Amino acid sequence: MNFLKTIVAAGLVAASTTAAFAADITGAGATFPFPIYSKWADAYKKETGNGLNYQSIGSGGGIKQIQAKTVTFGASDAPLKAEQLEKDGLVQWPMVMGAIVPVVNLEGVKPGELVFDGETLANIYLGKITKWDDAAIKKLNPNVKLPSDAITVVRRSDGSGTTFNFTNYLSKASADWKSKIGEGTAVEWPVGVGAKGNEGVSGNISQTKNSIGYVEYAYAKQNKLTYTGLVNKAGKPVQPTVEAFQAAAANADWSKAPGYYVILTDQPGDKSWPITAATFILMHKSATDKAASQEAIKFFRWAFKNGGKMAEELDYIPMPDSVVQQVEKTWAAEIKS
Amino acid sequence: MAVQSDVIDDAGPYDRAKALSAFKLGDVTFYWITRLSAISVLLILGGIIISLVVGAFPAMKEYGLSFLWTQRWAPSADPPVLGALGPIYGTLVTSFIAMAIAIPVGLGIAIFLTELCPQWARRPIGMAIELLAGIPSIIYGMWGFFVLGPFLANTFQPFMIKIFDGVPVLGAIFAGPPSYLSLFNAALILAIMVLPFITSISVDVFKTVPPVLKEAAYGVGCTTWEVVRSVVIPYTRVGVIGGVMLALGRALGETMAVTFIIGNSFRISSSIFAPGTTISAAIASEFAESDGLHQSGLILLGLLLFVLTFFVLAAARLMLLRLEKKAGK
Repeated sequence: MNFLKTIVAAGLVAASTTAAFAADITGAGATFPFPIYSKWADAYKKETGNGLNYQSIGSGGGIKQIQAKTVTFGASDAPLKAEQLEKDGLVQWPMVMGAIVPVVNLEGVKPGELVFDGETLANIYLGKITKWDDAAIKKLNPNVKLPSDAITVVRRSDGSGTTFNFTNYLSKASADWKSKIGEGTAVEWPVGVGAKGNEGVSGNISQTKNSIGYVEYAYAKQNKLTYTGLVNKAGKPVQPTVEAFQAAAANADWSKAPGYYVILTDQPGDKSWPITAATFILMHKSATDKAASQEAIKFFRWAFKNGGKMAEELDYIPMPDSVVQQVEKTWAAEIKS
Repeated sequence: MAVQSDVIDDAGPYDRAKALSAFKLGDVTFYWITRLSAISVLLILGGIIISLVVGAFPAMKEYGLSFLWTQRWAPSADPPVLGALGPIYGTLVTSFIAMAIAIPVGLGIAIFLTELCPQWARRPIGMAIELLAGIPSIIYGMWGFFVLGPFLANTFQPFMIKIFDGVPVLGAIFAGPPSYLSLFNAALILAIMVLPFITSISVDVFKTVPPVLKEAAYGVGCTTWEVVRSVVIPYTRVGVIGGVMLALGRALGETMAVTFIIGNSFRISSSIFAPGTTISAAIASEFAESDGLHQSGLILLGLLLFVLTFFVLAAARLMLLRLEKKAGK
């Protein structure tokens, strides 16, 4: 089946390359950054005449494609471990970030009014906290009027990077969650209803009273959902803002992480938003088609330099300068032309 | 036909042997073309089974038969623990409820259309039924999610929960809390989706009942109900059951609409108002981002659905055979 999937995906990629110009760069992978990659590609084409062809086939597909060398770059929401990169001769770096926010539908509660911490969130998703006026929630929110209704828990039904990052955060915040459920793109949910995609969860939350869910920040913003604040690792309550997301990335210790293997959840720092996630690019150190590889690097360099504003317009978070400089060094050192 | 007459013309004076051999060649070609088409079905089916078995093999080796009665579905555990009981249960329950609703309603519509409906209303109703069959399943899913779900959760389910509260067994089946996304809601959507299959096939076969039979029955003083029960249905039994089987096949395998509205929970709950999942919904949800044993487990689920459908259809055939024996045919 993997084999079949690869053939189909390779076919798609091949078909699209032959149709386009020879100078086009091909990439495949994660669906989450697809909107920003295509926006960048559009602007880049206008400026330089060179196109980029990105197929959003999912993170797993992106990794398989780059391993099979059918694309110039692969994209994944979950980073590969350094050993894996070494084995496949790959280079990896974070390209752009997103954040995940808890959202609720509670009568009279406005965006940002409620605050959760990881432990409480984990207990809600474990089914240990079932009512909105539970002591743990009350303690965090002494000034909010909470109903004594049952909590309707909403989560993703499809395997997704969003779920991976969310469950990764819960695992870091709650020992109970870590031992019982753990992290993954699809996990064994003890309670709740599953909805397909970020849009499915958003739809469910906006329709169901007394519900809680988690979505990409962009979805919460565009659908005007009631997002909540979170207590971060430093013990400070923070609101989901671009500054808080960037603080998480800046406070992450990228320099000591081989292959940029950093999962941005639960980062230190007073201002860090606890569920932030980077999406990664994968390329071969020594590609068969070196011209295409150089072309791709040119595009990514351009995107780091000029793409920040476009990313923010689409509610993505550009990588902080310190990380970009480091990535530049990695390119110079590791990618052979 | 043109070919044959050419051959005869070319032969000049009438040559019977040559003409016959030309016919024969045509016959043989026709025979082989149809035969190959028929065989290709078996080949394709065999190919599907083989690729399913190959894909499912790692999971079969890992879990063995216990896959069938394990309720836990934990792809992220190390090693993954996968069991099909939840999806199998959901598939059977939703299909059963859907058929329990769709068969009487579908037959009712068909009887009304062929026996009772005034002539002018037949076409609009018939067309409406066929239109139901043409609606893409994603539309059913969205309608179920935005319209039917809220209605059921806010009106129908609280009512049922209240009525059956405290009644043994039924109280557990209709237990709260009400939910947008549940086995029951999915079953109801399925019932609407399979209705046209039952109805249009039944209408077609009801029309094949020779008028003389019905007229004779009316002649000896039968009521419409008696004519339908004792003449129309027995005469068309095989066709009606065929329609029901087609509908059941769709109900067992329907994916998109069900994924939208069933709640995708692998846990089995006694209440039909609780979220559940079906085999096809589970595959559709998780396949894209799965790999290794998890993916193999999903393919094994697919194989199970295949086997399940096969058994259901085989059981229907058997039932049909026994009915015919009983009827003395």
